[in-house]
Amino acid sequence: MAKYIGKRILLMIPVIIGVVILVFTLMQLTPGDPAEVILGSRATDAQINALRAEMGLNDPYIVQLGRYMGDVFLRFDFGTSYISNVSISTELAQRFPKTLIFAVSGMVLSLLIGIPLGVNAAIHQNSLVDYGSMTLALIGTSLPGFWFSLVLILVFSGKLGWLPAYGIGGIKYWILPIVSTAFAGITTMARQMRSGMLEVIHSDYITMAKAKGVKKQSVIYRHALPNALIPVVTVASMSFGTALGGTLIAETIFAIPGVGVYIVNAVSNRDYPVVQGGVILLAVAFSFIMLLCDLLIAAIDPRVKAQITGGKKRSKKK
Amino acid sequence: MNEEKAFLEVNNLSVEYVTKEETVYAVNDVSFRLEKGKVLGLVGETGAGKTTIARTILRVLQEPPAKLRSGSVIMEGKNLLELSEDEMCLVRGKQITMIFQDPMTSLNPVMSIGKQIAEVIGLHSKIPSNEVRSRAEEMLEIVGIPAERYDEYPHQFSGGMKQRVVIAIALACQPELLLADEPTTALDVTIQAQVLELMQKLNKENNTTTILITHDLGVVAEMCDEVAIVYAGEIVESGTLEDIFEKPSHPYTIGLFGAMPKLNEDVEWLSPIEGLPPDPTSLLEGCSFYPRCPRAGETCKENKINLVKVSPSHMCRCCLPVGEEEQ
Amino acid sequence: MTNVKKKSQLVEVVKRISYNKGAVFGGILFLAVVLLAIFAPLIAPYDYMKVNIPNRCLAPCREFLLGTDYMGRDMFSRVLYGARYSLLIGVGSVLFSAVFGVIIGAAAGYFGGWLDGLVMRLCDVIQSIPGMILNIALACVLGPGVFNTILALGFQGIAGTARLMRSSILNVRKMEYLDAARTSNCSSFRIIVRHVFPNTFAPILVQSTMGVGARIMAAAGMSYIGIGVQPPTPEWGAMLADSRDFIMKYPHMCLIPGVCIMIVVLALNLFGDGLRDALDPKLKK
Repeated sequence: MAKYIGKRILLMIPVIIGVVILVFTLMQLTPGDPAEVILGSRATDAQINALRAEMGLNDPYIVQLGRYMGDVFLRFDFGTSYISNVSISTELAQRFPKTLIFAVSGMVLSLLIGIPLGVNAAIHQNSLVDYGSMTLALIGTSLPGFWFSLVLILVFSGKLGWLPAYGIGGIKYWILPIVSTAFAGITTMARQMRSGMLEVIHSDYITMAKAKGVKKQSVIYRHALPNALIPVVTVASMSFGTALGGTLIAETIFAIPGVGVYIVNAVSNRDYPVVQGGVILLAVAFSFIMLLCDLLIAAIDPRVKAQITGGKKRSKKK
Repeated sequence: MNEEKAFLEVNNLSVEYVTKEETVYAVNDVSFRLEKGKVLGLVGETGAGKTTIARTILRVLQEPPAKLRSGSVIMEGKNLLELSEDEMCLVRGKQITMIFQDPMTSLNPVMSIGKQIAEVIGLHSKIPSNEVRSRAEEMLEIVGIPAERYDEYPHQFSGGMKQRVVIAIALACQPELLLADEPTTALDVTIQAQVLELMQKLNKENNTTTILITHDLGVVAEMCDEVAIVYAGEIVESGTLEDIFEKPSHPYTIGLFGAMPKLNEDVEWLSPIEGLPPDPTSLLEGCSFYPRCPRAGETCKENKINLVKVSPSHMCRCCLPVGEEEQ
Repeated sequence: MTNVKKKSQLVEVVKRISYNKGAVFGGILFLAVVLLAIFAPLIAPYDYMKVNIPNRCLAPCREFLLGTDYMGRDMFSRVLYGARYSLLIGVGSVLFSAVFGVIIGAAAGYFGGWLDGLVMRLCDVIQSIPGMILNIALACVLGPGVFNTILALGFQGIAGTARLMRSSILNVRKMEYLDAARTSNCSSFRIIVRHVFPNTFAPILVQSTMGVGARIMAAAGMSYIGIGVQPPTPEWGAMLADSRDFIMKYPHMCLIPGVCIMIVVLALNLFGDGLRDALDPKLKK
């Protein structure tokens, strides 16, 4: 198993390198001159050229790429912002925990609420409970997350005055942001869980369990559910990715000082190193979560585990 | 079948599968009796309704879309179809067990095979929990799997070995009635022989009454005491093994025997039964075999055919059964 | 012969969809939206760009069916034209993904070797960046606007479609090796076309239908944070961005575009669900 973890981490490294190269290259293609952005519109040509030379912007692409990769991988240095001259790494380190809380709580809620909802709907297929929860789920997946946030702010903050609309502080400030962004994840998970469960319930081995005299409750929770949960782990990791992406907008709406809003502001300011660093950081976070989910699947699904350990316990007799 | 009180009695069983689009008449007024310790072969083509009969006895049908229209299944005086679900759970796995057709999908992929055997033992026997595992290991040895493999998972076994695990599960609590649904169809011929041998041995040792579902007449000849031929959800012929093999009377049965390639004959062409299997969504007025029967007459088309007694133990659902002279 | 078969398959699929009331409702609803978008110039009561300050921020009333926005522009007219943008972006980006995804995936599957490896690694990299985040990076390069939004959204989807296409082709090639005697480059190609396309068509179609809804929502989100379509273009997301300062006092400016998005995406999801169930071979009993 340790070998698998090692192998899997090794596989992740080229992907991360690829992400860095891709993002760096994209930022190179952006219009405009960084030196101009830093110095402002009133700078003279001479000043601009001097700064370009100093920043190494006249070097060939490969050299610049190599320099950036060296900075990022060896010293975790994402450079400095064009606008504020602050170290991007420091800013990211400060902001990342808030973004992480957002995305992780979204994923956790989708599991805690979405799974039972889906299982319940599957068990009571075609009943009122099923139709009710699936209609809700359908509406949830058709709801633009950020619009839902706005509506919740309107209702709970504007009309009812129960919760604050923006800012950070105690738990009160996190309720609206987390609930509104988690809603889509919860509903997606519920739908996935329901269809996964239904598929499993119609399998032969479930009929077999029934034929052994296992009671219905046990059939569902001891036989069907463990099998149905396996693909759900992958869905959970995908929903983490969606939640990460959603933080870009949610942090803007709720004025939460995380990585998302940092990136969004940087775009309008043409502060591209910030965009670069932020995007890379979030992509790496996503890769890590996908890695964890893959490892989890390997741990709970004996078929995957066997593939990985090379089928050590293969039968001698056929 | 004689007049003594039978161990298992199936009376006028009718089962349908009802969906929005159509209704499938899977089992139509099926009745048969089985004495204790005997092996009954249910023979027929795919889709004839044999599996449905077995699943109805064990009550493991998918309730929608399946619908029990009528009938009773009496085992030792109790009508199984009238038991509550809780009572039925006590019957399943202990008094009646089932072997399913496809070993590749009958076992839970994320549970070790040992645990799956132990589960049925733990549910039904009064053995203290620390002895359950050793009893399960015993079962493994009985079916020819080393007990050390208790903790392994289904995907680590071949098809034949998986089927042995299924047999171990089915026989772990020494059932009185075993329903074996095409237990060897999905296996290689050589493995088939091994599995059948195993089943025969265990059957004899425990005097288990068995219903063996198959479409392979060779298997029937090997294993069965009595035979019932199923066509379009009905029993069209039934009798002892000798009755059916030596004096097949229903045109369909004769067709089945005729379609088998024989080792001692040299023929150029196989002789299949003409026509296609019947459409289970639309039952015919008269005999269900009418469209394919070489002997069919006008009466066959219009009237429901009743069982005709060919001999005390031998029944045939045909108004023009093939007599002795013609065989 | 194959044409007859294809036609009866199509009839079969349509019949199965028609059993699903939700799918039928979704399909009709979506069609209605498309028609409204197409005939917007005829239906819209006012010029959607006309600024009318004295009438700003009016709630829905008889004169202005859905009220006016902060510049006095008629919401109903703007919403009608906004449908055009959403539909254009949604369908356009999905087509973009599908076309390029099929080509790239087919090439990777067919030629194999280093091309396959390269394509797969690229897909891995692209798919490890969450969608909206990749969007924002692309937006830096491309800038705002309808066409650029289509490009950005389309780009992401290529990876998914490419993988689907590639695995279909690999499946067929696996079968081919069993027929070693018949392998020649010409027949391989024809076999692939004859077997792969019918098989992959269904999943790609379902993926695309669901994808349109997701893209419409993503585009709205992009416009909201300033990287998609910009005001004064009446794209629904841009309209939501406009309403930002007015949510509390004039909620209709925020609610209406959002409800529109929801209606379209709901219709597509309902229809997509029905389509997926109708095309699912397992459900054929």
